[in-house]
Amino acid sequence: MDMNQYLDIFMEESKEHLQGMNAILLKLENAPKDLALLNEIFRVAHTLKGMSGTMGFNNILHLTHEMENVLDDLRNGKMEINTNVIDILFECFDQLDNYVSKIETSSSEGEMISGELINKLNKLISSPEKSNMSVEDNKTEHNPEKNTVEVSEYVGKVIKIANEKGLNAFSLTITLDSKCMLKSARAYIIISSLEKVSEIINSNPSIEEIEDEKFDLTFQLIVVTELDHKEIEKELNSISDIESVEIVNLESDTISVDENSIDLAEDEVAATQEATVLNFNVANATNEDNSNNNKKAKSTKTVRVDIDRLDNLMNLVSELIIIKTRLEETDKTEDKQSMNEATEQLERITTSLHDAVMKVRMVPIERTFNRFPRMVRDLSRDLGKEISLIMLGAETEVDRTVIDEIGDPLIHLIRNSIDHGIEETSERISLNKDKVGKVKLNAYPDGNSVVIEVEDDGKGIDIEKVKLKAINKNIITMQQSQAMEDNHIVQLIFAPGFSTADKISDISGRGVGLDVVKTKIESLGGTVEVDSVRNKGSKFIIRLPLTLAIIQALLIYVGEEKYAIPLNNIKEITTITTDSIRKIQGNEVVLFRNTTLPILRLSKLLDVPNTEENLCSESPVVIVKKGDKTAGILVDGLIGQQEIVIKSLGKFLNNTAGIAGATILGNGSVALIVDTNSFL
Amino acid sequence: MINLSNNNDINKQYVIFSVENEYYGVNIHYVETIEKVSTITRVPRAPYYVKGVINLRGEVVSVIDLRKRFNLPSTEITDENRIIILSVEEMVIGILVDNSSEVLSIDKDLIDSTSNLANSSEDDYISGIGKVDDRMIILLDVSKIFDLKAS
Repeated sequence: MDMNQYLDIFMEESKEHLQGMNAILLKLENAPKDLALLNEIFRVAHTLKGMSGTMGFNNILHLTHEMENVLDDLRNGKMEINTNVIDILFECFDQLDNYVSKIETSSSEGEMISGELINKLNKLISSPEKSNMSVEDNKTEHNPEKNTVEVSEYVGKVIKIANEKGLNAFSLTITLDSKCMLKSARAYIIISSLEKVSEIINSNPSIEEIEDEKFDLTFQLIVVTELDHKEIEKELNSISDIESVEIVNLESDTISVDENSIDLAEDEVAATQEATVLNFNVANATNEDNSNNNKKAKSTKTVRVDIDRLDNLMNLVSELIIIKTRLEETDKTEDKQSMNEATEQLERITTSLHDAVMKVRMVPIERTFNRFPRMVRDLSRDLGKEISLIMLGAETEVDRTVIDEIGDPLIHLIRNSIDHGIEETSERISLNKDKVGKVKLNAYPDGNSVVIEVEDDGKGIDIEKVKLKAINKNIITMQQSQAMEDNHIVQLIFAPGFSTADKISDISGRGVGLDVVKTKIESLGGTVEVDSVRNKGSKFIIRLPLTLAIIQALLIYVGEEKYAIPLNNIKEITTITTDSIRKIQGNEVVLFRNTTLPILRLSKLLDVPNTEENLCSESPVVIVKKGDKTAGILVDGLIGQQEIVIKSLGKFLNNTAGIAGATILGNGSVALIVDTNSFL
Repeated sequence: MINLSNNNDINKQYVIFSVENEYYGVNIHYVETIEKVSTITRVPRAPYYVKGVINLRGEVVSVIDLRKRFNLPSTEITDENRIIILSVEEMVIGILVDNSSEVLSIDKDLIDSTSNLANSSEDDYISGIGKVDDRMIILLDVSKIFDLKAS
């Protein structure tokens, strides 16, 4: 079956699950006794296992399976939750994350690289005093997990113990009806109903293969249960599509015989998978199968939408249709009054429609925030600093595109805060600060934008140091530095090639940091600022537009062509007389409010044909800004401010310099959006 | 995309158009629609043969001027001109042609390869020459027309 159509859903959900598991494990680390949390991780891991099995991602399946075994032992109290276990589990999550991202880029999970991890997990389980106990516990708890792949001696041991405890062990050979449509689903029903009344200790082929439908019609299970022969039979008879069931009672003295028969069956079923005995081998074997599943098809982006929002959208569209009919009618009557009313109503609906569509694209920023607790935990261990992370406003909604893009800049800022901002513990104590450093992440909507703040209570930014460094690195001159206010100097840390860290650490401080953050945020149409008080801490304030698809723009004329300039790039609009333009070293400038303002002619930048230079008259100038830089763009005429929908120029022309995109004007023609940033 | 049951037939069909009195054909497999010319917005700094972009039912689509692509003299746009919207490798692109009126079925054995022509760099977007009745039809290799390296 072609699974590609489900790939998107798989990606989306597995990411969610992984994030969920990370979050819960973090909580668990702080409250190791909380069984509910453990159960939750277990449940999520199980879902993930099922999903990856269905999709044929065997590496993920195996890793989660081994994880489950460990989690199960934890749950049943056979193993203590300690840092070692938690670390290994986190490693597993990272590995799973790796697989998932590989699937996202190449549609295949790639080579199996989790062998070592699986060994580690197995080592956790197989400490000898524990394995005996584990068998008993499993039975009494009736837990829904399957300890499927185990050494046959182990199976024997389990049966022996079971018999000693007065439990029955059965070998069930189940043959499905040859007309059965969904074999794996049917087998799953059988297995899950057996799991309710018994413990499945072995299966042939393995549960994973059964779930993958890698069996003919027959499969064999070994179960340990309190029920007797008849009751088991009754249990299975209640399930349809079963052709026959052969139930053999296993006594500890007959086991050796039965073991042989299992091995025989194995040989018949699949020569390649003879080694159900060792996990590792199985993992390798299935990996080969997996290479066949490698398909092209990259996944696309999806958004989960609240059905209410879609309903709302639908309602608006129906209103739109009503208005259309109304307009058609008024056209005939030529009644100006009702025409106006209709247009007004139309305007109202389009505004609400815009709003509704925007809301459909919005996702809570929680998705980005969720990965931070884990990161902060790792960082604080690496650096030996105690950090508490406070996250506020995770429910704040932002555009889906922003969610994907904002993660990296935020990670960078948080790392910065922890690495450079928060002092060493000893220093904090001597400064009379709480020895636990605080990093606060706060998101909130503010008018038409979203604000995200990253705040720490560390040492703050040393203004003098920044000043010196900026002069050393030729970012500003000595004279400039004297004229600048402190607030402006702090912002210099965003300049390219700036880094104040004395020692270069792995975490940050390679000098490529904050300017990248700034560029990224600006490319999203946002701004970033820093606020810092010496020894009290610093605060980075990111401001992002609510949506990227619709912006306010100024429409202008150049020659006969119309262009749009995004309003958030515009500082102000003024007029100058063209004869006040002076040429300095080949560049045109004017004196504007006592500063020199470079003048750019849009007609030249965009090679607009048929433009005549009108010499004496006044010309409108749009003053645009990029960071601290400004320039005046000389245009031929202003049309006005308008809300425009940004359209891509398409793959073919996407990288055209100076053009950020296109929009469709009221008359149906296309106007290009000028990327003023590229001119500065 | 287009996936008709009779694949053999569809592979033989070509949309025929003319540029400077010469007949050309593109495989119908690539053709989405044929449009009359609406307002074309010039795109500054684009490759020389790009006429501009148009609004195709809410989508912005680039238009290539085949006259410029083939180094032919430009003419005024008239009512006869058409934009053939092609979909190649997930890109939607229009080509501006003098006119377009028919779809022809050309059998494989009626198509000559271009290998026996003088091998100039100009004809590498030609996939073959089709002969229908007494007409010669230049069959275009669509992906090569859009190849930026060719400019």
